[in-house]
Amino acid sequence: MKGKVRIHLVDSCYQLHSLSQYEFVHPVQRALERAGSSCRICHYTTVDEESLEGCDKVVLCGTALKDNAYLDHLDRYRWLEKMARPVLGICAGMQVIAALFGGEIITRPEPAIGLERIDVNRPSSLLGPCREIEVYHLHSHDVSLPDEFLSLAGGDEAPEAFSHRSQPIWGLMFHPEVRNRWILERFANL
Amino acid sequence: MFSGGKDSVYACWRAQEQNTVACLITLLSKNPDSYMFHTPNIRYASYQAEAMNVPQLSWPTKGIEEKELEDLQAALAEARDCYDLQGIVTGAIESVYQAARVQRICHSLDLWCFNPLWQIDQIDYLRTLIRDGFRVIVSGVYAYPFDASWLGAELTEERVMRLAQLQERYQINPSGEGGEIETFVLDSPLYGKRIEILSATRIYAHYRGQYIIEEMRLVEK
Repeated sequence: MKGKVRIHLVDSCYQLHSLSQYEFVHPVQRALERAGSSCRICHYTTVDEESLEGCDKVVLCGTALKDNAYLDHLDRYRWLEKMARPVLGICAGMQVIAALFGGEIITRPEPAIGLERIDVNRPSSLLGPCREIEVYHLHSHDVSLPDEFLSLAGGDEAPEAFSHRSQPIWGLMFHPEVRNRWILERFANL
Repeated sequence: MFSGGKDSVYACWRAQEQNTVACLITLLSKNPDSYMFHTPNIRYASYQAEAMNVPQLSWPTKGIEEKELEDLQAALAEARDCYDLQGIVTGAIESVYQAARVQRICHSLDLWCFNPLWQIDQIDYLRTLIRDGFRVIVSGVYAYPFDASWLGAELTEERVMRLAQLQERYQINPSGEGGEIETFVLDSPLYGKRIEILSATRIYAHYRGQYIIEEMRLVEK
């Protein structure tokens, strides 16, 4: 019998066990556990290749709108460059992936907050066929598309979702734990 | 942001785990159907603030949709300046409508915004409240099929099971965030004293009703 998928959730919030963890990590954990996975939470300041041994997949969770501390510690995520297992970056997590793979993090004139309809413009195993979907935004930064990545939604200028061309790495600028838990279920079952 | 209902008291409980709760901000809405702010018995939130020994900032609003957001912004600005706040904590669970608006206001005031109940499993949460020592009563009902027996009733395991049944059958939000029910917290781990209701009346018709507290007092625990 197939065992549970073991997913490590990387908490990128400003400190270990912060008040933000309830908002940006636990909802993702609950959605993945409902999908049959087992989850372990670790703060980004404590993650390295060794600590990820034994996990099947990794999710980089988002942060509060004012919480950009992770951007000053991108070297803490270097383990991602050698990661062969599936990785999903959510909001701040997508920004980290973009920066590590040569993309740019661009501060928006005004933050994106609330529900918005976006175009899925490339079919993928994560987001399914091309169509419009409604997503929840909470971010102050956009990213440019790194060379090795394909935009899955929102176009190439400021992608809403991307995937690596040859590795199982995805990023979402929106929060799938709000109104789009099916995306987390898909990731758990990929 | 503090209404005296279970979500704001529980959010406060979470906030004080690693932070200092500097003040409770209460919007006193004159509109009984306020889009944003809990209304029944909200004037008694001052007793809860006293029980918690935390200052309260009460701010009036006429409760007109969108205009009340300007009142909220003014209240948060006043609280930020008076209490040197770094952030705001809300009891939002599922309402993107509420959460997005508060996020925008916090951004404009350069405040952090925390929603520690965000996307929580509502039935699990109700059980957690009971387990952690929160004594919660239903202070208002506003939807079918809630009858008058809910008014003033304390949240118990039996009531939680009933809410779970109603969720399955009628797709209500069991925590009441869709406006189905409102609550009032009589006691919690945050309270130095508990609240005792001395007299109250029930008003109920056509699946809408309120449990209106007339007299209460704080008593030693």
